Amino acid sequence: MSLSLVVLIGVLFGAGTYLLLHRTLTRIALGVAMLGNGVNVLILATGARSGGAPIIGRDGPLTDSVPQALVLTAIVIGFALTAFLLALAWRSWTLAGNDTVEDDLEDRRIARIEREAERLAELRRDVRSSEDVES
Amino acid sequence: MNVLLGLPLAVPLLGAALSMVVRRLWAQRAISFVALAIAVGSSLAVLVRVITTDEIVVSRLGGWPAAVAITLVGDRLAAVMLVIATSVLAVVLVFAIGQRAVDERSPYYHPTYLVLSAGVAQAFLSGDLFNLFVAFELLLMASYVLLTLEGTDAQVRSGTTYVVLNIVESLVLLTAVGLVFAATGTVSMAELPARLADLPDGVRTGLNLLLLVAFGIKAAVFPLFFWLPDSYPTAPSSVTAVFAGLLTKVGVYALIRTEMLLFPGGQSTLLLWIACLTMIVGVLGAISHSDMKRILSFHIVSQIGYMVLGIALGTQAAIAATVLFLVHQIPVKTSLFLVQGIVERETGTSAFSDVGGMARRSGALAALFMLPALSLAGLPPFSGFIGKFALVRAGFDQDQHVVVGIALLGSLLTLVSMTKIWIGVFWGDVRPAVPEGRVGVLRHHRLMSSATVVVVGGTLAIAAFAGPLYSFCVSAAAQLVDPSQYIEAVLGS
Repeated sequence: MSLSLVVLIGVLFGAGTYLLLHRTLTRIALGVAMLGNGVNVLILATGARSGGAPIIGRDGPLTDSVPQALVLTAIVIGFALTAFLLALAWRSWTLAGNDTVEDDLEDRRIARIEREAERLAELRRDVRSSEDVES
Repeated sequence: MNVLLGLPLAVPLLGAALSMVVRRLWAQRAISFVALAIAVGSSLAVLVRVITTDEIVVSRLGGWPAAVAITLVGDRLAAVMLVIATSVLAVVLVFAIGQRAVDERSPYYHPTYLVLSAGVAQAFLSGDLFNLFVAFELLLMASYVLLTLEGTDAQVRSGTTYVVLNIVESLVLLTAVGLVFAATGTVSMAELPARLADLPDGVRTGLNLLLLVAFGIKAAVFPLFFWLPDSYPTAPSSVTAVFAGLLTKVGVYALIRTEMLLFPGGQSTLLLWIACLTMIVGVLGAISHSDMKRILSFHIVSQIGYMVLGIALGTQAAIAATVLFLVHQIPVKTSLFLVQGIVERETGTSAFSDVGGMARRSGALAALFMLPALSLAGLPPFSGFIGKFALVRAGFDQDQHVVVGIALLGSLLTLVSMTKIWIGVFWGDVRPAVPEGRVGVLRHHRLMSSATVVVVGGTLAIAAFAGPLYSFCVSAAAQLVDPSQYIEAVLGS
């Protein structure tokens, strides 16, 4: 396994995770694509011996075909996932005009109640302190 | 090669392909029913065979040797999960048709539903890690589509959280599978135990943790559960019922396999604490909400904690209790969501602020809620009591008094939140108001209530036949605790 592959895996994982942490769906889709490819390279780099095509009758060191089969399946699945994410982003764009993921409605409601309660408490404190000053 | 094992997986997939072509609603419904009926029938046949011959049924697709073939393995646990999962899928399909929701009329609903059931079946039967990954992808992809089928604003928003989190889970799982292959040179679950045992401790722990994180996200354990209560409530009730009943349980099933077969090591302190936190945090989340669907969604999380508790204890009695709990949990959770679906169909919502007096409108519906709710809280004589009693006893055997105490506290809080639903939805004045003389009339389709009655009947049957069921679970646990049977069945023949 060469160092350049290890560095490539690291970069793909790092950049993919960074993009995944955003709220825009397009970036998330890009991040998923990068992470997926990072995993694919990881499987090939760690699992596969280098060698010739594993065909019966060939001589010499043959490569292990199992990781290649795994990666092939994983690529197809990754393709489907990215396509679905892009479809979601498009749907979100047609509905809301952007592809940012909003907070949950219930969460926002609870957060609003919390904010109002805080504001109320602050008002009460202000009134009390002004009363103190007057007395 | 055993054809029987392939049927629950292949028939729904073929049905899905066929109904993509047909696209007529009645024909799609017919195909779904036939495919699921065959799946239920063949699962039952597998279960009968596993019980009568007391062996593990193995099928190698294509007749290749076990190391390279796609292996399907049906032991007692897989067989019983398969039977319950396919039957729940079939009954909920009846409910969905009766519900007349927008999404059931979409030409993509039935094909996707069948793909989901094929994915669930494959996840239970998979004999190697990579196949398990493919099965997860199959059922997740179907669940993405089902969750966002209506394409409304709320569904797209919550669907995004669900999809992104589960994609992360898939990638972690794929990384874990890739690294397991790199370390051992195989992904077959029968060959892995011996080869994993030879690895250095650090590598073993690392691989185990990666798999735990992947399956932990799927099973929604603390602290990886937050996507679940966020996304489930926006789907139609029939879809949520299947998700709640089956999908997280597939994660738990994978956890059982990982901890018992691949990394056997007795009691796990990490999992014990994860179990306790899952139980308590889940139930506290449930109590804090005031919408029936959201409360029930948080309860999925909380109940997962009990199953993880059994896995963490790791003794045969504890694993038997976990299997029993899994078996009881699937119909109970499903039926609660089905009742919620009926309430929502009658009133248009299930938020406490807008609903009330459902017991006055239909006593039968109230009873249909009451029975599984008490069972969920673990009151005797219902099925939940039996599962929890077995778990508590297994905990005392291991002198885990604190953990058992936390589990019982969790049950008590479950009862509190069930009472909250009861007061909010079933007691009080009838809301939204209905015209005089129409109070006792429910508008929902008969199919919805009959499907719910069947599932609730199933939970009662579990309580009624608890004795034989428990001894079955003990023998299933015996197969799990001693992996040599599994390995011999797959590699030996």
